[in-house]
Amino acid sequence: MNWFIRFLTSSIGQKLIMSLTGLFLISFLAVHLLGNLQLLAGDEGEAFNKYAYFMTNNPLIKITSYGLYAFILLHTIQGIILWKTNRDARGGSDYAVGTATASFSSRHMAALGTIILVFLIIHMGQFWFKMKMGWVSMIEYADYDHPVKNLYEPVEAAFTNPIFVVFYVASMVVIGLHLSHGFQSAFQTLGLNHKKYTPLIKTVGIAYSILVPLGFAIIPIWMFLKDTMNL
Amino acid sequence: MKLESKEPKGELAEKWTNYRSTLDLVAPNNKRRIEVIVVGTGLAGASAAATLGELGYNVKCFTFHDSPRRAHSIAAQGGINAAKNYQNDGDSVYRLFYDTIKGGDYRSRESNVHRLAEASRNIIDQAVAQGVPFAREYGGLLANRSFGGVQVSRTFYARGQTGQQLLLGAYQSLSRQISLGNVTMYNRHEMLDLVKIDGKARGIIARNLLTGELERHAAHCVVLGTGGYGNVFYLSTNAMGSNVTAAWRAVHRGALMANPCYTQIHPTCIPQSGDYQSKLTLMSESLRNDGRVWVPKNLEDAKAIREGRKTALDIPEQDRDYYLERRYPAFGNLVPRDVASRAAKIECDKGHGVVKTGKAVYLDFAAAFERYGESEALSKGLKNASKEKIIELGRGVIKAKYGNLFQMYEKITGEDPYIMPMKIYPAVHYTMGGLWVDYNLETNVPGLFALGEANFSDHGANRLGASALMQGLADGYFVIPYTIGQFLSNEIRTPKIDPNDPAFAEAEKAVDERLSKMVNIKGNQSVESFHRRLGKIMWEYCGMARNAEGLKKARKMIRELRDEFWSDVFIPGSTDEFNPELEKAARVADFLELGEVFAVDALQREESCGGHFREEYQTPEGEALRRDDEFAYVSAWEWKGFNEDPVLHKEELEFENVELKTRSYK
Amino acid sequence: MKLTLKVWRQKSGDHKGYFETHNVVAEEHMSFLEMMDVLNQQMIEEKKTPVAFEHDCREGICGSCNMVIDGRPHGPQTGTTTCQLHMRTFKDGDVIVIEPWRSAAFPVIKDLVVDRSSFDRIIQAGGYISVNTGQAQDANAIPIEKDVALDAFDAATCIGCGACVAACPNSSAMLFTSAKVAHLNSLPQGELEASRRVQAMVHQMDAEGFGKCSNTGACEAECPKEISIDNIALMNRQYIASMVGSDTAV
Repeated sequence: MNWFIRFLTSSIGQKLIMSLTGLFLISFLAVHLLGNLQLLAGDEGEAFNKYAYFMTNNPLIKITSYGLYAFILLHTIQGIILWKTNRDARGGSDYAVGTATASFSSRHMAALGTIILVFLIIHMGQFWFKMKMGWVSMIEYADYDHPVKNLYEPVEAAFTNPIFVVFYVASMVVIGLHLSHGFQSAFQTLGLNHKKYTPLIKTVGIAYSILVPLGFAIIPIWMFLKDTMNL
Repeated sequence: MKLESKEPKGELAEKWTNYRSTLDLVAPNNKRRIEVIVVGTGLAGASAAATLGELGYNVKCFTFHDSPRRAHSIAAQGGINAAKNYQNDGDSVYRLFYDTIKGGDYRSRESNVHRLAEASRNIIDQAVAQGVPFAREYGGLLANRSFGGVQVSRTFYARGQTGQQLLLGAYQSLSRQISLGNVTMYNRHEMLDLVKIDGKARGIIARNLLTGELERHAAHCVVLGTGGYGNVFYLSTNAMGSNVTAAWRAVHRGALMANPCYTQIHPTCIPQSGDYQSKLTLMSESLRNDGRVWVPKNLEDAKAIREGRKTALDIPEQDRDYYLERRYPAFGNLVPRDVASRAAKIECDKGHGVVKTGKAVYLDFAAAFERYGESEALSKGLKNASKEKIIELGRGVIKAKYGNLFQMYEKITGEDPYIMPMKIYPAVHYTMGGLWVDYNLETNVPGLFALGEANFSDHGANRLGASALMQGLADGYFVIPYTIGQFLSNEIRTPKIDPNDPAFAEAEKAVDERLSKMVNIKGNQSVESFHRRLGKIMWEYCGMARNAEGLKKARKMIRELRDEFWSDVFIPGSTDEFNPELEKAARVADFLELGEVFAVDALQREESCGGHFREEYQTPEGEALRRDDEFAYVSAWEWKGFNEDPVLHKEELEFENVELKTRSYK
Repeated sequence: MKLTLKVWRQKSGDHKGYFETHNVVAEEHMSFLEMMDVLNQQMIEEKKTPVAFEHDCREGICGSCNMVIDGRPHGPQTGTTTCQLHMRTFKDGDVIVIEPWRSAAFPVIKDLVVDRSSFDRIIQAGGYISVNTGQAQDANAIPIEKDVALDAFDAATCIGCGACVAACPNSSAMLFTSAKVAHLNSLPQGELEASRRVQAMVHQMDAEGFGKCSNTGACEAECPKEISIDNIALMNRQYIASMVGSDTAV
C-alpha cells in the first residue's frame, strides 16, 4: 500500500481529498436545504419535526451522517495542512503590493473555511447537540404512535432573535463565497475539464453557490419577519 | 602552419557515408572512462552533450546561464531547413547543398556543406521523435514554408518559435542524460580559459558565477558550442549575454579565428528607437513571404514622413518604390539576407528612409491582406464581399500565420502593424566566421572541437535563412558523435587528466590576475559605455559597407578604446562574489580584441562576398564583386598578442562539384 | 518621464532584504529593462553597487527576466515578459515597486536574482521523451492531428520563467509542470512514458517544496505565454488515473 500513501500525500492526492470531501459536502447542502425548506410550510413545524425524526432514526441515514461528520473533519484537517504547507512554500515574505489577479474567494478559501467551521460549531451546538442531549420538548402527532422531539421549537426561538438571524444570513454569504470557488475547483482538481463542458460546470457552480445559500438564508429571514410582523 | 581540412576523398555524395563507416571507434568500456567537456548549451552544445552522454562518455557540460534552457538558440523564430522534399517541389540533398554553397557566396567547404544537407533530414526525424511540435497540415503531416534565397519550400517551423521548440527538445534530451548520470551539469559557470597539456586541449578554467571561485575542470577533450560574436557590434539581435569569450580564450591558446569579418546583417529588424537601446529585435524573415518592402519614390515624401507630416498611408501606390521587386524580379522580396540588407541601406543612404533617424523601410502587408482576404471570401462563399470585409478576412489569415510576430512588433513599437506598415531596418544577427575547424570539427588545437555558430565551417560568407538551427543540430547530433572518436580512439590509454597539473595552475593564475587587474583599475567609465562605443565603431566602419580607409581607422580606434578600457574602466564589487558587472567586463575586454582582428580581416579581404561588402569592389549595378582567383580561401587568424599584428593562415577552398558563378537573384 | 523606483535589495540569501528608493528619468519608448539599465548606469557613476537582475534575450523568449512590478510578475501588461514591457505603460511621476519572485523553492541569490534550478530538476525527473539520437523513424511516419499538435505546441511555449510560481498565493509550480506533461503526454511519441512521466514530475515538484495548487488561476493570468490551467486539469486527471489505475509506480 506504499503507493497509496504516496498518492494521498502527494500534492495532487491531498487536493483530491479536498475535492472529494468538498463535493460530498456540497451535495449534502442540497439535501439539507430540501429538508429545511419544510420550516416554511406554515404548519407550526409538523412537517419539519417529522422529517427530523426520520433523519435521526433511519439506520442508512445514520450511517451516512457519521460519514458526513468524518468528511467535515477530514476536509477541515486537510485544509489546515494545505494552508500551513502552502504558507511555508511562500517563503515567509509577502509582496509589498498585493496581487489581485486571483478572485477574492480563491485567495481566501482557508479564512472562509475557518468562519464556516465556527458557524458549524455554533449551529450544531444550537440544534443538533440540544436534540442529541434531549434538551428539547416532545410533541405528539396523530399519525405517529409515539411523541417526537420538537426541534421546531429551538429553531423558532433562534430565528426570532435578530442577532441569530443576522449571524445566519452572514454565514450563508460566507458559504456562498466558499462554494463559488470550491464548486468548480473540485472539478478542476479531479481533472474533469473539457473545452465544451467546463463553461457549463462553471455556470452551474455559480448558480449553486448563490441559490443554495440564498435558500438557507430565506428561512431565518422569513421566520423573523413572520414573528415580528405577525404574518 | 599548414591547415589541413582532412576532407575525405571520393564522390561528394558518398564522402560522409564512407568516412563515417571507416572512422575509428571507442569501445563502450573505454567510453565510460573518457571525460568530455562541452561548453555551451544552445542547439549545438546541448545536442552534443546529450548525444555524447547517450554514447556512454562521461560528459561535463557548462553554461553561464542559470539553466541550459536559456541559450540564445531559443530566440530563433522562422524555421529549420531540411531536404525532405515532402512538398514534392524538386528539393533534394544536392539542391540544399547547392543553395547553401551559392547562398554562402562560394566561400564554404563543399564536403562540410554536403554533409550538413544530408544530416538535415535526420534532424527533423530526431526532433519529431523528441516531441517537437512542428506545424502540421490537417492531414496530420508536417507543413513547410519557403524562406529567402531559395525556390523550394523546405523550411519546417513551429509558429514563430522554432528555435525555442528545437532547443527545448535538445534541453530535454540533455536533462534525461543528466538524470541518468551521464552528464554532469554546471550551471552559472563561465569558461575563462582553455587548458592545454602537451599541446592538447585537456580542460578549462571556469568561474563559478555565484561565488566567484575559479574551478579547474579536466577532461580528455573540450567541445565548444558557445555561439557567435555578433555582440561585438553592441546592438544586435543576439542576447545580452551572448559573447565570444570561450572561443576567444581558445584563440589565446593557439586556436585560429576564421573569417571573422563574415557577419550577417539581417534585413528585417525593428529599427533603433533611441540611444538608450540595449538590443535589437528581429522580425522573422518568413514575413517577407507575404510582406512587400518599399520606400517612397519621392524624396519629399520621405522627408515628410520623417518629419511626421505624412504617414505611409498617405503615399499613393504609384509613388511607392518596391525596390526589391524592381531590382530582383526573379526572387523579389525573397532575395537572400545580405542582398536585402544592402538594398535597404542603399535606399536609406539615398534619403528614402522613413523614421526620424532616416534608417528604416516599410514592410507592407496590405497586398497580402487583400490577396488572402479574397481567397478566404471565396472559400466562405461570400460573393460581392465589401473591400473592408475582404481586408478583415485577410488580416485574420495573416494573424493565424504570424500573429505572435505582429503582437511582438506592436508591444515594442506601440504601433499596430495591421493598419500601419511595419518599419524595418537591417541589424547584426549572425556571424558566419568562427573558430577554424577541419572536417572533424576539430580546431587546429588537438582535442579542441567547435560546433554550431562558434565554428566557421558551413555558411561561407552568408548564411541562408533557417540554416543556423540546421547546422547547430547537425553538428551536435550527427557529426561530433562520430568525429570525436577519431581523436578519442587514440586517448583510451590516457588516464584521467589531473587537474593538479601545472598547466591548470598556470591557467588559473592567469585568469585570476586578469580579473583582479580589471577590478582594481577603479576608473570612471562603466563597462557598458565601452561596449557601446565599440559597437558604434564596428557599425560605422565594419558594418554593411566597408572600405580600406574606414577599416584602418576602425582598427586604430579600437586599439585606443582598448587602452582606455584597461586604464579607466570601473567595475563595482570584487572578484570573489556574484558580480554581473565583472562578467560583462571580461566579455567586453575580449570583444575589444576580436574587434581589431575583425577589422584586419575585413581589410585584408579585398573583394565583396556575402555579408562582407567592400565599397571598392562592386559591379557597376552596385552588386558584390567577388574575386575568386585571389580570395577563394578561408582566412584563419592567429593571435600574437596585444600589440602585435595577427598572422594570416590560408585554407584554399577547392570546388569540385559546383561552378563558381556570380550570384544572381535577378 | 520622472519615476520613483522602490527596488528590493538583498546582498545574498543569508542577508535580510530591504527596499531602496531611486529616482530615474526614462523615456516612454524604453523597455522596462532599459530603464533599469539607466538606473544601474546612474549607480555605477555614483560608484555604488548596481541592482542585480536577470535578463538575456530581451525579446520575451529565454525566460531569464523575472521582476515583480507593483505586485504583478512581469508587470501590469498581460502576456508580456518584463523585457517586453515598455515604459509607455507607465505615467510620469509613477512610483514603481520592484521585487524578486517570492517563493521558498526560488531562494534569493542577490537583489532580484533568484535560484530557479528546481525547474530543471522537475524536467530531469521526466520532462523528456526517451529517444536516443539516431533511433528516429521518418518524421512523417507518425501523423498527428493538427489540433492535437497545436494544443501540444501551446503548452510547449512555456519559457520556464517562474511567473506562475511567483503569482500563485501558494507558490505552486503546477502550471509549469503541467505544461510539460501536457505537451509530451498528448503527443503519440510521448504516450508510452505518459504514466511514468506524470508521476515522476509531480513527485519531484512536491519534493522541491512548491505549494499545492488551489485553482486560483493567478498563474494563468500572469503567464507571459498565456498557458492555460486546462493543462493543470489534464495533469490532475492523468496523475490520478495513473496512480490508481496503472501498473506504473515511480
